Amino acid sequence: MAGLRFDLRDTPATAPALRAELRAFLAEAGKDWSPMVRAYSWMGFDREFSREVGRRGWIGMTWPKAYGGHERSALERYVVLEEMLAVGAPVGAHWIGDRQSGPLILRLGTEEQRREFLPRIASGELAFCIGLSEPDSGSDLASLRTRAEKVPGGWRINGRKVWTTNAHLCDFMIALLRTSPVTDPRKKHQGLSQFLIDCRLSGITIRPILDLAGEEGFNEVTFDNVFVPDNMLVGQEGAGWEQATAELAFERSGPERYLSSLPLLIAALDDLRAEPAAPEVVGRLLARAATLRQMSLSVAGMLQDGKAPAREAALVKDAGNDYEQALPEKLRDLLDPIRTPPQVQEMLGYITMVARSYSLRGGTREILRGIIARQLGLR
Amino acid sequence: MSETNDDLRGILLEQVERLLTDRSGPDLLRVAERGEWPAALWEEVEALGLPLALVPEAMGGAGLGWGDAVAVWQVLGRHGAPLPLAGSMAAAALLAAAGITPPSGLIALVVPGEAVPWGRQAGHVVTVDNAGQVALHAAAGLDWQQGRSLPGREPADRASFGTPQAAGRLPDRLGPEAALRAGALLHAAQIAGALEAVLAMAVEYANTRQQFGRPIGAFQAVQQQLALCAAEVAAAGVAVAQAGRAAARRGLAGAEFEIASAKVVAGEAAGTGAAIAHQVHAAIGFTDEHPLHLFTRRMWSWRDACGAERFWARRIGQAALARGGAALWPDLTARDETEISA
Ligand SMILES: Cc1cc2nc3c(=O)[nH]c(=O)nc-3n(C[C@H](O)[C@H](O)[C@H](O)COP(=O)(O)OP(=O)(O)OC[C@H]3O[C@@H](n4cnc5c(N)ncnc54)[C@H](O)[C@@H]3O)c2cc1C
Repeated sequence: MAGLRFDLRDTPATAPALRAELRAFLAEAGKDWSPMVRAYSWMGFDREFSREVGRRGWIGMTWPKAYGGHERSALERYVVLEEMLAVGAPVGAHWIGDRQSGPLILRLGTEEQRREFLPRIASGELAFCIGLSEPDSGSDLASLRTRAEKVPGGWRINGRKVWTTNAHLCDFMIALLRTSPVTDPRKKHQGLSQFLIDCRLSGITIRPILDLAGEEGFNEVTFDNVFVPDNMLVGQEGAGWEQATAELAFERSGPERYLSSLPLLIAALDDLRAEPAAPEVVGRLLARAATLRQMSLSVAGMLQDGKAPAREAALVKDAGNDYEQALPEKLRDLLDPIRTPPQVQEMLGYITMVARSYSLRGGTREILRGIIARQLGLR
Repeated sequence: MSETNDDLRGILLEQVERLLTDRSGPDLLRVAERGEWPAALWEEVEALGLPLALVPEAMGGAGLGWGDAVAVWQVLGRHGAPLPLAGSMAAAALLAAAGITPPSGLIALVVPGEAVPWGRQAGHVVTVDNAGQVALHAAAGLDWQQGRSLPGREPADRASFGTPQAAGRLPDRLGPEAALRAGALLHAAQIAGALEAVLAMAVEYANTRQQFGRPIGAFQAVQQQLALCAAEVAAAGVAVAQAGRAAARRGLAGAEFEIASAKVVAGEAAGTGAAIAHQVHAAIGFTDEHPLHLFTRRMWSWRDACGAERFWARRIGQAALARGGAALWPDLTARDETEISA
């Protein structure tokens, strides 16, 4: 279909054993996770948990052993991710490093950067946040203005990032900054570069922004004459846009783009038994889950084969976001607010709030559909 | 049957695609809707050996599996399925599985309670009873009550069947509901194919129809709807491919979950996709002259055939509720994995 292909993929032969290990681990580790923790899923942050995940070899799974990785396949990694998401594990302290910062450093970083960062990401020690959005640059990301000026031995940074998830808890930010001024607005994609920035450098102010649920999720990060040494530039100066968009295939393709609210279905299922309308609703949700899972696996398989399925990833993210947003609404229709156990009701409450972010973070629904439309040949 | 036979499948798909591109089209679909049998096309289909494609080579077929069948049915759907070939292929497969050598010619597959597409043209009729007993009836002398589907307008007939000329039992992996499941699978696959055609028509139209001095496809409101349509087309395609693969691995009975999912997803996608395509085409798509309705009407009928979305959703929903929340994720992930490690 218009160049979009989703070939079926199987999980690897090692999957059943890997799952058994993960399930045993997660059952124990998750004993005391509150409904709120599970509802935040991969936006939740728990360093101790991430260190334990790292100890077990489930971060940086596909990376070379020389950098602390485990040289396993992308589809084995996929199995680990989906098991974590299905129980709503608080994976935020290692998620970004594992998903995009680590792979970026592996692909484009210097040898020094690889040795410095990758083993510590893989062990669950180093937490990364994403510094893309700015107050005046959301969907129109390339219009961003936070700038890095060349100074002897490094770069001086001034400006402001916003909506930076967990910046207040993270060690490093992977930031997209302007290194050459825009002279022609049509060429705003040029002159951008990616940097690794220690969140504790002097001149950085991180101010948490409470989210709609009253939680400290994202932040405003202000840079006031922050000095970053030369060796923190990632890849090529001026190629930041191409580098960052290549990352998007990874950022958008994972199972976290359809599974964010599945823990609610699992938690609520047993309370739906007496509801006559439940079988049909549950059946439709399961049919879609099985289909989205196969689509998502298909994209993971393409990544494993070294392809860059950016458009397929955009389609799966958009369809997945619709699904994970619809799920709490459909269950709400079935759950009796008075008789539903408080744990389930609480998770429904949190997920109802958090679900709004699904179709915003990582590219809004409208932007993703624009990408799909262009792929269809519409201009 | 083998799970897939990539070379053979590729060759066959190319042949079917070429044949239908050359010999079928809106005119033929209209002829069929008037009740005229596309005899010439059927002869070519027979010459390619398609009706017996799913029958083992030892019984005179090509030995293809359900996964291959789904791919062929999807191509049929993309061309509006001018012939009841999918049902005939499935009927032959069931006969062979029950140890009966399938006859040549059109074989109609009877799904309990439903009218039989082009029953009047069938040389033979296949029924499956509650005990998994497959019966082959000669169609000569049957008193067909002729009708047609609505809104699909495809010929669809009813008859009562007397003593079969042959009978046999299906293996458990195909099971007593084999006709219903095969029918659900083939209709889902045809929907997935028809949706591709409908999307292509809508995109093409959006790029050519001009209003306000530009192609309507330049408007974001139109783009966003077509992107959503594309996502539904992709979902239907993946759902039916997954069901075909599951049936190849575990038989029609063992693939109940995936077949049900495919019928649900394809049925939902048919509704959404047809609505978007018609909205984009506006008045011209509401005319008899424009070919869009030849596909959308068929999809609207096919989504109701062999169990609509609600029927299949209830089944798998009920099963999941009975298994409970703790089993939901393990069940969702285990089906293919246990099969592979086995
Ligand atoms: C919970 C959460 C966590 C986040 N975490 C991070 C993070 O860690 N790091 C980070 O950098 N960012 C993060 N973001 C920011 C996120 O990437 C942006 O919200 C997103 O890119 C949209 O930008 P915006 O909010 O400025 O909306 P805008 O771009 O202002 O968009 C507002 C509305 O207009 C629509 N719109 C805009 N442009 C177009 C167009 N061309 N066509 C059609 N419609 C359009 C949008 O779709 C949206 O509906 C996070 C956001 C949320 C909600």
